[in-house]
Amino acid sequence: MTQDKNMSLLEVQHLQIEYPSRHGVMVAVKDLSFSITAGEIVGIVGESGAGKSTIGNAIIDLLSPPGVIAQGEVYLNGNKISGLSREQMRQVRGSKIGFIFQDPMTSLNSLFTIEQQMVETVLANMDVSREQAYQRSLDMLAAVGIPEPELRIKQYPHQFSGGMRQRVVIAIALICEPELIIADEPTTALDVSIQDQILELIKKLCKERQVGCMLVTHDMGVVASVTDKVAVMYRGQLVEMGSTAQVLGAPNHEYTKSLISAVPRSDLKLVRFPLVNYIETAEEIHQLDIANHWLGQSQDQKQYQGPLLKVENVNLRFTTKDSIFPSRREYVQASNNVSFEIHEGETFGLVGESGSGKSTIARAIAGLYTPQSGNITFEGVELTELKSEQARRPLRRQMQMVFQNPYTSMNPRMKVADIIAEPIRFHRLAEKHQVDQIVSDLLDHVGLGRKAGLKYPHEFSGGQRQRISIARALATRPRLLICDEPTSALDVSVQAQILNLLKDLQDELNLTMLFISHDLPVIRQMCDRIGVMKHGHLVEVGNSEQIFTAPQHEYSKNLISLMPSFAAFSKQNLQIAK
Amino acid sequence: MTTNIAASPSRWQKIKQSDFIYYFSRDKVAMLSFAVFLTCLIVAFTAPWIAPHDPYALESIDIMDSELPPVMLSEDGDDRFFLGTDNQGRDILSTIMYGMRVSLTIGILAVGLQLFLGIVIGLCAGYFGGKIDSFLMRIADVQLSFSTMMVAIIVSAIFQGAMGSEMYSQYAILMLVLIIGIAEWPQYARTIRASVLAEKKKEYVEASLVMGLKAPRIMFRHILPNCLSPILVISTVQIANAIMSEAALSFLGLGMPVTQPSLGSLISIGFEYIFSGSWWITVFPGIVLVSLILVINLLGDWLRDFFNPKVYQD
Repeated sequence: MTQDKNMSLLEVQHLQIEYPSRHGVMVAVKDLSFSITAGEIVGIVGESGAGKSTIGNAIIDLLSPPGVIAQGEVYLNGNKISGLSREQMRQVRGSKIGFIFQDPMTSLNSLFTIEQQMVETVLANMDVSREQAYQRSLDMLAAVGIPEPELRIKQYPHQFSGGMRQRVVIAIALICEPELIIADEPTTALDVSIQDQILELIKKLCKERQVGCMLVTHDMGVVASVTDKVAVMYRGQLVEMGSTAQVLGAPNHEYTKSLISAVPRSDLKLVRFPLVNYIETAEEIHQLDIANHWLGQSQDQKQYQGPLLKVENVNLRFTTKDSIFPSRREYVQASNNVSFEIHEGETFGLVGESGSGKSTIARAIAGLYTPQSGNITFEGVELTELKSEQARRPLRRQMQMVFQNPYTSMNPRMKVADIIAEPIRFHRLAEKHQVDQIVSDLLDHVGLGRKAGLKYPHEFSGGQRQRISIARALATRPRLLICDEPTSALDVSVQAQILNLLKDLQDELNLTMLFISHDLPVIRQMCDRIGVMKHGHLVEVGNSEQIFTAPQHEYSKNLISLMPSFAAFSKQNLQIAK
Repeated sequence: MTTNIAASPSRWQKIKQSDFIYYFSRDKVAMLSFAVFLTCLIVAFTAPWIAPHDPYALESIDIMDSELPPVMLSEDGDDRFFLGTDNQGRDILSTIMYGMRVSLTIGILAVGLQLFLGIVIGLCAGYFGGKIDSFLMRIADVQLSFSTMMVAIIVSAIFQGAMGSEMYSQYAILMLVLIIGIAEWPQYARTIRASVLAEKKKEYVEASLVMGLKAPRIMFRHILPNCLSPILVISTVQIANAIMSEAALSFLGLGMPVTQPSLGSLISIGFEYIFSGSWWITVFPGIVLVSLILVINLLGDWLRDFFNPKVYQD
């Protein structure tokens, strides 16, 4: 091993990572060079498939087969660590580099106590006695902010919440005093409030202990709030690297510009997202004359004065433990006296952390769950009193849903055209000979082109599938569109495209939307009015502007204050809504 | 989008380039098994045309030819009978070909019946859940708590007693298909129920509910096609099991009659002569049966690995 004192903590030079397969060699990372100095946090951002996680795995030599480092070197403190033997690499991994994984639910072994897992790590990598190792573990748990470490260290991972587990993972990563931490999407699986705490913790520990950190993330908000430098990856290439303020505030590369303009901001409301066609273009080829087209001529017209949808005192609970004796049954109250109204043509947002019951409400409205009590009224018709499926069917047509996961929300064994045509044929919404024409018009209208119908869903990307999903929802000419986290599985720029599409469709077709998301900035971009949910309660309902600028309830105040700040982001090319 | 517009390959090219063919052509065991299985199938179903003799044609059987040893192993062999003859003077090679035809027919038809019952019951249990699920699965559990062979033996003995041997042997194939088919359906029902439960949680099922589609349509049009890979895998194993059950029943004298022998009854017929030196009557059908079952099981294993790459990675 050669030593070079002039090098920074981590030095990556001309790194190239390849995945050979029978279809040819896939280059995951192309000629990448960057460096991290001690105490510095470098964010690696990029969309899925950009190769950002691969870099972290390559540095610690844990590439999943058949991935190989084709060329280039990695130096840690001047020592070359690429191409070391397994045993040498193992020592580097344990003591010099710590790794924080994405999902705290699976990165701890659930059969061992925290003590066993921490002490094992220390003993494997440091020359200390068992007592010293135990003491070290206690100190480390205290340092990551776990209360009562003497008690908690004896517990098993399942006794910790998600955020607490991630703290334990960080403690284990830091316990052997590594020089570098690689954090691969450390907060993606966590709620906003916990995300903020974990990021603060990583930041604090890196500064205190002068540890370098490579933070891999797709979330521009995370980058803005903790990193010193940012490296932007696009299809395996480093397109831009610089200080966080410079990259976010005055991006140079076209891709970075597009990426930053596509980030939903919490501080401004945009008319549309500009410059979003860098990754995947999707244009409508034949302009559709909505007013004279089948799509614009629904037989379901407004007949009722008053709110389109009214939810009154809805209670819904799920049985978590069943028993013959009513007193011994246990429930979780997913919706507790929830009431709100949605008016014709508006977008109502439901926001809340995971488990707050927002999806449950949506499913109750769509008729997938039956509430225990309360009323759901659509256009003056009481939905909860409709007993037969027959009576409900005409109303089902008027409400459609767009689901969260574009990979499971379509039947993989049906062609796209059949998926979209199914509701039209089933509800007999058009003459037989018209159906094919309508389906191809719909596909074109959502930006996929007329030929897309001949393919199967797996031939499309996540964003394109979400377009198919939207086209399917539109195929019944609904009046209410329920969007359940429609973009949370998508990359930023694709998310921006889908949000644009939804906005356009709403204007053209006078759709009413119920938009559900955990992502506050997205909600701000989309919604006219917002309801904030917490543990099954609707704590606050108000205009979007009011909720974001002057929240009333403690919980909403807290949520809003925890949002990452977007003030540093470039405002170039943005159309700001009044 | 550029890749989508590029000339789409023809159906045949797509099949040729698929992972299925790629991994298949790289696995020698799978290729060999498939070759053997295909040969068995072709030989069995073209037996009337390619078999050197017709063992059912009584006029061509000569009792003087009985118990001749195979040509290559003994001087006493007759060139007409490559693998020798049995106690009635029938050519072993031809009886194996015809017997394999009977065995495979029963195996495939019985699996067809299991498949039908299993799909309907498993799909209903998994989709509707609750009381229907408990009821149907308890029936399956009760049936599984008897050994398959025991059920089959009892039922076939009852039928044979009730109908008389004459009539029973006339409808033997049909009876065996029914017995084996009914005895093994819970295997299918359980597998299908498990994959229906997994599929039912996926959002495309919710999407069709929101559309207002009716239950049978969701079950058969949306869920069932997505459960096909486990069905395919257990089908291969079940065909092997059904052939074995049939062979076992026939060996015990409860299956195919001597006049219309399957591989199992051939082994059973020859078993009486094994100590009198005429081992070939029982050994050759035995070898054919074992290799047939083996290749089907190997194919099933390969299919399982292909559809579930987590189990096996090279």
